[in-house]
Amino acid sequence: MGMNRDMVGFSYPPSRPYFVSAEKIREFAVAIGDENPAYVDAQVASALGHATVCAPPTFPIVVTMNAMEEAFHDPALGMDFTRVVHGDQKFVYTRPIQVGDELVVTTIVEDIRALGNNDVATFRTEVSSHGEPVVTGWSKLIVRGDDA
Amino acid sequence: MSTLVKLSEVAVGDELPNLTMTFTRADLVKYAGASGDFNIIHWNERTAKEVGLPDVIAHGMLTMARAAKVVTDWVGDPGAVLEYSVRMTRPVVVPDTDAGVEVIFGGKVGAINEDGTVRIDVSAVFDGQTVLGAAKAVVRLDA
Repeated sequence: MGMNRDMVGFSYPPSRPYFVSAEKIREFAVAIGDENPAYVDAQVASALGHATVCAPPTFPIVVTMNAMEEAFHDPALGMDFTRVVHGDQKFVYTRPIQVGDELVVTTIVEDIRALGNNDVATFRTEVSSHGEPVVTGWSKLIVRGDDA
Repeated sequence: MSTLVKLSEVAVGDELPNLTMTFTRADLVKYAGASGDFNIIHWNERTAKEVGLPDVIAHGMLTMARAAKVVTDWVGDPGAVLEYSVRMTRPVVVPDTDAGVEVIFGGKVGAINEDGTVRIDVSAVFDGQTVLGAAKAVVRLDA
């Protein structure tokens, strides 16, 4: 059972807003073992030219993975999520995520192709706040086919 | 923006300071909570083995997050990172021990682009083998 190629180009409706708090950024920074002062101290962030504390580069995954869940469970896409492995991840930043952002994610099925017995699906996740772009993610997911 | 390293100071081939970080089961649980990624293979040994893994494995995104620290520590300002991408080529296997396992992260100046941005090639080595492929960050340094 492969994924539905007709879904390439399909854009899912925008996610409900995710409100970014200082405590969430701090929790994430502590969890990854990177307590860069720019992630926890507004004065340091401000000295670097940011409006307030900013989030680590991989923080967007918190909202993009959640937004992609809808696609993963969409019967029209036909993705067996129990067989998914995260292959590649890319982020292109307009600016860092920061406290006060209201992040909205639009998930687009960018590509589906076969790789041997597997399907490889690329999702583009466009993240904005108050209508302005913040970061775009690309997640390449490998769906393992039936064992040969 | 204000970067610790200036564009005029860097040359292709320059190495960024290495960073060795420990991964324990507790780290994976903490990351699961902070990221919302509760995939069972990152905390349950029985399930991990059932799907053919040697043991519980770290979230690829945790490895990606920690590798970024090599770059952000070097540039100083996390906002200087314009792009960051990795391929997760091998899992970091995390046994149920107090000591956990170590991953060595590194970085090297791979290119200075026409537009003045700098490409950093990032490496992550676990158990003698690389676990991230084609990992790179593009940063903008102060002049």
